[in-house]
Amino acid sequence: MKPKPISGKAFVLGDDIDTDQIIPAQHLVYSLEDPEERRFYGRYALSGVPDVQSGLPLGGVPFTRPDAFESEFTIIVAGKNFGCGSSREHAPFALQQAGIQAVIAPGYARIFYRNAIDGGFVIPFECFEDLSGLVKTGDELEIDRELSLLHHKPGGKKYPLRPLGDVADIVEAGGIFEYARKHKMF
Amino acid sequence: MNKNTGMTLTEKILARASGKAAVSPGETVWVDVDVLLTHDVCGPPAIGIFKKEFGKNAAVWDREKLVIIPDHYIFTKDVYANRNIDILRDFASEQRLPYYYDVGTENYKGVCHVAMPELGFTRPGEVLFGTDSHTCTAGAFGQFATGIGNTDAAFIMGTGKLWVKVPETMKFIFEGEIPPWIMAKDLILQIIGDIGVDGATYRAMEFAGDGVMAMDMEGRMTLTNMVIEAGGKNGVVEPDQTTFDYLAGKTDKKYEPVFNSTDARYHSVRRYKSKDLQPMVAKPHSPDNKATVTEVRGTKLTRAYIGSCTGGKISDFEAAARIIKGNPLRLDTYVVPATTQVRQQLREVTFEGETLWDIFEQAGCHMGEASCAACLGGPSDTFGRLNHEEICISTTNRNFPGRMGSKKSQVYLASPYTVAASAVSGTIADPRDYLPVAVG
Ligand code: SF4
Repeated sequence: MKPKPISGKAFVLGDDIDTDQIIPAQHLVYSLEDPEERRFYGRYALSGVPDVQSGLPLGGVPFTRPDAFESEFTIIVAGKNFGCGSSREHAPFALQQAGIQAVIAPGYARIFYRNAIDGGFVIPFECFEDLSGLVKTGDELEIDRELSLLHHKPGGKKYPLRPLGDVADIVEAGGIFEYARKHKMF
Repeated sequence: MNKNTGMTLTEKILARASGKAAVSPGETVWVDVDVLLTHDVCGPPAIGIFKKEFGKNAAVWDREKLVIIPDHYIFTKDVYANRNIDILRDFASEQRLPYYYDVGTENYKGVCHVAMPELGFTRPGEVLFGTDSHTCTAGAFGQFATGIGNTDAAFIMGTGKLWVKVPETMKFIFEGEIPPWIMAKDLILQIIGDIGVDGATYRAMEFAGDGVMAMDMEGRMTLTNMVIEAGGKNGVVEPDQTTFDYLAGKTDKKYEPVFNSTDARYHSVRRYKSKDLQPMVAKPHSPDNKATVTEVRGTKLTRAYIGSCTGGKISDFEAAARIIKGNPLRLDTYVVPATTQVRQQLREVTFEGETLWDIFEQAGCHMGEASCAACLGGPSDTFGRLNHEEICISTTNRNFPGRMGSKKSQVYLASPYTVAASAVSGTIADPRDYLPVAVG
């Protein structure tokens, strides 16, 4: 089956966005299962990013509007080392809760990368050049998963993304449990 | 043990744990897990996923191998945080887990990465996964130890296995005796500053050389603790007599240490001359924003914090006490022992005839209970939390925006010596000016 393209608005961030910025530690207390409580992860996703760096190039763009549980953005475009810091799986979970489907960055901290994939939360794509200076917050993007290409609609240009490689099977399965079941590991 | 199979010690551990004669970097292998560690922040969601995936009444794969140490949000009125502890408690009793260290009991330990060695779970040659990024601390013992998320932890709870990509190893060699005013923290801040917060992403970091091997286990733990701040997957120090002596009497379990092959291959080797090392800080807001203390000397501060898995061990407090004793403090100073054992030791260990506890208390330090406390901010009533525009110098390991509380605060990371000297001076200060026998 062909994987569906991912399209929507971009939210742009800088380098080294760590897990405390993605979901500040005081919010880690809500249940991840309770359907009412888990929505708060969406509300507070990226609330730790300093205002001036929130939604580049101008900054000052709230990722989630006050009192909303979801963001209007679908794809995060960030600088290097996205998701560094703690091992909290709440980070990719919070992004998913907010409505993010994919992140595009030149590189990731490994625990975030693993968590995003094994939990089936968001797809972490690696780009070959840093696109956080090219794409603007609010720009319409489309990711062609089959060809590993990013279409930047306002600029009309396409940028290659690194194919997922080894982990593509887990991404397609939807997470490590689905993958393990498919392969009759338990 | 055959020492000549061309593998690093990390590769050898992963080969053994995956039942292979040899592995090489880049290869993905499924390993058998020797120990799984979790705590109060990530334990409850991991348990939730475990139950959802394996069934409400499923038993964990091996109750002797699961260690649960609540430590993050302990002394708080936050109802959600306290509910997390209840979930751990119920799970431990329902699964009859022998290694659960409950809050409010004599069994309570505090910060898991310091409690793990105290309890003898950091065995050379084994594989440890933990739902905390600083799980890498245990690499000081020659264990393969790394952080994972809740889903992976739930997967291990049910299967005892996990996939892992074999990392390349970066080797950091410190040649010669470490000067007495330099601490392990200065070494690791220097390295992170040199290679950057993503300088070791996906890789193992090994610390070696006579400077490192002369360190006690606590010093080595400070090095491996912070490999994650360079993006490292795991940190290791080759086990030796210091390692074995430390563990003697702490574990009954037989372990088989592994060592680097003489022809092991490394991603890179960096050498440092120990005598050239300087007291270091990481300036706000990143652990790789390095400066020597000389460069930032005199910088204004409002608070000092001594605690956490990196900087709240007994040797860290011994170092701080040497400088604080007899000197009035010019900063609001917080002392947070990592574990209940360290807290007890504060009352037993003396410097110049006084217990460390008395030294800190008489100097006017705020004395905290064993836990993570303000190292990661936490609920607003957390001890030592930076709730306002504080400028703090801290022995902890992270200074990202808002890490210790308010986004408006700033954090400088430094060694216990440098933090203590700064607490006495009121601005960033050089420990060499305060140590009783300053040389050089
Ligand atoms: S002391 Fe700090 S770094 Fe260590 S486990 Fe606790 S929160 Fe994490």
